[in-house]
Amino acid sequence: MARRQRPNVPVVIDGHEVMAYPDESVLSAADREGIRIPRLCALEGTSVHGGCRLCVVEVAERHKLMPACGTTVVEDMEVRTRSRSLDEHRKLICELLLAEGNHVCAVCVSNGACELQDLAEELGVDHVRPDYQFPRRSVDASHPKYTFDPNRCVLCTRCVRTCAEVEGAHVWDLAGRASGSHLIADLGQEWGEAPSCTWCGKCVAVCPTGALAWKGKAVGEMRHDPSLVAFLSSAREQGEWVDREALR
Amino acid sequence: MAAPATDRRAQQDAHPSGDERFALLDKALKRARFEQDQLVELLHTAQEVFGHLSDDVLIYLARQLRLPPSRVLGVASFYHLFTFEPPGDHICTVCMGTACYVKGAEDVVRETSEAFDVPAGETTDDGRLTLWTARCVGSCGLAPVVVFDGTVLAKQTPQDLIAHVRELLAAEDAAAEEEAG
Repeated sequence: MARRQRPNVPVVIDGHEVMAYPDESVLSAADREGIRIPRLCALEGTSVHGGCRLCVVEVAERHKLMPACGTTVVEDMEVRTRSRSLDEHRKLICELLLAEGNHVCAVCVSNGACELQDLAEELGVDHVRPDYQFPRRSVDASHPKYTFDPNRCVLCTRCVRTCAEVEGAHVWDLAGRASGSHLIADLGQEWGEAPSCTWCGKCVAVCPTGALAWKGKAVGEMRHDPSLVAFLSSAREQGEWVDREALR
Repeated sequence: MAAPATDRRAQQDAHPSGDERFALLDKALKRARFEQDQLVELLHTAQEVFGHLSDDVLIYLARQLRLPPSRVLGVASFYHLFTFEPPGDHICTVCMGTACYVKGAEDVVRETSEAFDVPAGETTDDGRLTLWTARCVGSCGLAPVVVFDGTVLAKQTPQDLIAHVRELLAAEDAAAEEEAG
């Protein structure tokens, strides 16, 4: 994101002195410094959700773990992004995500290009300790261009936020609660029947797993492109597609 | 002469089905000033008026509040109190709060559901009885509590409740027969 001001808030992340912008999140400051914090629901260009909890960090003098994506920097804040307990927390979260749905990489369109798969590898998930839930969920292939497989959905709400904030259609939302939470299109209709869908495909581009995919992709063929949304929203903020003289 | 603009607008805004119950919902919408954050209140009103939340009603609320339908259904489906299926003639709600559970509410639910052949949370095939469970109705001293058509029945055994429901349905049958002739 282009900014007029220079970063002027000093924070310490993993011992590195970082200058952050006043309204910046810890996650974004760490990204600029090249410090990798695992994340799943965070998506540049959309609002903060803070649901996956993979980006939790330790902040000095605060007793609880803070999500880096939703924590704004404060002057002289001391942040630790790695520790034994943080690694363990993240690993468990990843295992819970894997146990909650039906994540079978071997038959997944996103095999090899999946953010959940990459995370599991990064966090060293070699087996899953919680019991697999094996939920019964049916695939929605009613849309002419895309498919939605709720078995692979991790409820990160990237598609919900992208559709509502970038495309402005708000086709997707979450329904139900707790383990019964699921993604719905319009009034819980089949996606192909949802009248507000514009077929833009941005939700498919941002999906971290193979839950939303192009139709006709075979195993391991799907490639998502979440950076598309960051590009679109920054171009919009900077008025790249309009006459900037007229805006003034 | 053309009708005054306000009348025309009222006509346009009225629900095309002509169902007068929508007028009650309109009244609540106006009282809420069409504020989007009043959604839960309005869902309550809609359920009171219609008995359940049909797709039609949800779409109407979404349109009136300028909210996406997925958000309206998402919010409604989050709460246990909202129901999307029309309930039966009689609603029997068994409290499954801690006190009632300890006092045997589970047996009440199981035996009632066996007696009338209806799973908990659903309505009988003839549409006469709906069996629901509730978290806690707040009358733990009367455990196990059953709320039948809005009336609180205290310290229920399965036999008590089944007898009560049978009696009521039989009385209704008798009245219907008498009317028929």
